[in-house]
Amino acid sequence: MAVAGARRSWSPPPLIANPWLRWAVVIGAAIYLYLALNSVPLNWARILDGLSRGWLFVKGFLTPDFVSRHEEIFEGLLESVVMTVVSTVLGVALALPVALGAAKNVAPWPVYYLCRAFIAASRTFQEVIIAILFVAMFGFGPFAGMLTITFATIGFMAKLLAEDIEDIDRSQVEAIRATGASWAQTVNYAIQPQVLPRLIGLSLYRVDINFRESAVVGIVGAGGIGATLNTAFDRYEYSVAGAILLLIIGIVMACEYTSGLIRRRVQ
Amino acid sequence: MLELKGLEKRYPTGDRALRGVDLVVPQGQVMALIGPSGAGKSTLIRCINRLVEPTAGSVRLGDLELTRLGARELRRARRRMGMIFQEYALVERLSVMENLLSGRLGYVGFWRSWFRRFPAADIAQAFAILDRVGLTEFVDKRADALSGGQRQRVGIARALLQDPDILLVDEPTASLDPKTSRQIMRLIVELCEERGLAAIINIHDVALAQQFARRIVGLRMGEVVYDGPPADLTAEVLTTIYGEEDWSRTIRREDEEEEDPEAARDGTAEEAGGPPAPDRERLAGMT
Repeated sequence: MAVAGARRSWSPPPLIANPWLRWAVVIGAAIYLYLALNSVPLNWARILDGLSRGWLFVKGFLTPDFVSRHEEIFEGLLESVVMTVVSTVLGVALALPVALGAAKNVAPWPVYYLCRAFIAASRTFQEVIIAILFVAMFGFGPFAGMLTITFATIGFMAKLLAEDIEDIDRSQVEAIRATGASWAQTVNYAIQPQVLPRLIGLSLYRVDINFRESAVVGIVGAGGIGATLNTAFDRYEYSVAGAILLLIIGIVMACEYTSGLIRRRVQ
Repeated sequence: MLELKGLEKRYPTGDRALRGVDLVVPQGQVMALIGPSGAGKSTLIRCINRLVEPTAGSVRLGDLELTRLGARELRRARRRMGMIFQEYALVERLSVMENLLSGRLGYVGFWRSWFRRFPAADIAQAFAILDRVGLTEFVDKRADALSGGQRQRVGIARALLQDPDILLVDEPTASLDPKTSRQIMRLIVELCEERGLAAIINIHDVALAQQFARRIVGLRMGEVVYDGPPADLTAEVLTTIYGEEDWSRTIRREDEEEEDPEAARDGTAEEAGGPPAPDRERLAGMT
């Protein structure tokens, strides 16, 4: 191949140029995968058993039983709704000052870093982990769940709202400051109108999330419909579990639909 | 009434936006501040109400030294200085009336302004000014539903509602078409005359400045390089302010000055005096 123009075959250059290294990587990966798979204990009898149990569950899901445990289900749902509403309202209310503090263009830097640190802490840990902590601190029941979801809501709302505050049109703030308005008046007149649609949208979105979370944190003992669901599984009452799951799906879908409707209106 | 002495502004980046500006604006005088982009015009008027903190020098409004005021006294002093902005700077999602009443924020307490319960006198005054700028039927419209000229009228009304002694006007016409620009400039000048207000108007458009201001100050690289009547604005002066360019067609000609004032009111003055000039001047100002 003396002349480049005469070449008639071409294949893409390999990802790893050195063939020794290339093959070492491929063979090494294959050996590791084989050993790793062997290290996981696989109990085929248990899997077969589980398959039939899974089938029972699917059957229960197809024949949901809303009636036999209707009192517990109703109580659980009510508890979840209360948890959702209280923690959303509380979370949003507490998120407002944190969001203002975490917006670079509003807050002085010590406040900014403090609020950002709080947001980071709230967002680092999954709700379930925080729920376990709060259950350990305050005992089983919806109070721990409410605290968990409130805490998570603050982090979520404050972070997204702070970003929105940082994106506002600065000239409007300048104009209000130029009239001799105080800091609080500037927030009320120049910042609030600019971020209000986003605040409403995020709060409604958080309502759906919080309802779903209230089902999850119940499993670690923090009350709500999750606790009822967990009990149903423990008693092998798959029809009841199926009914609960269907109710959760229905409520989440209803929440999502209405929040979408309202969000479109406030823009 | 307004007196700047050795006013300097150095930004943290090291840019010296103002290099010792001395300027006196007597009561009731409408002054145009011209100069190329980056000459420090915006910085200058923002240093007066301290939206930008001056690095050195003094700003006296009446017998009040503004540069040394604490936060509370500064807010009190800002009430006396109405500001009008290039992009109107209205709060878009608030109604026309709320935007107007925001001019009273320096006078009312937080809870009153939060619940929009302004004193009856303020509201009566707001309606009077709204009528004066011709926007009475828009009182409950949201600001973002208005056209550019209408928004600037709301901006002017907001500044007037502060009951100021001086207007600080930052490029009031830069976002408007030539006809609306003239209407807005005429409105500002008329209102200043009616109320005996002084005004500093930053403006790119040399022809507009000449047409409406009684005094022109040229700023270049943060220094005053011209201060005099519009008639003395010669090609040489424009070259000192903006740099070398063919200015022969920018300068207002004699025949235009003796024009029938009615023709100017119809907005036909521009056509009568040759090709509409603003675009060219703006290009010159951009360099």
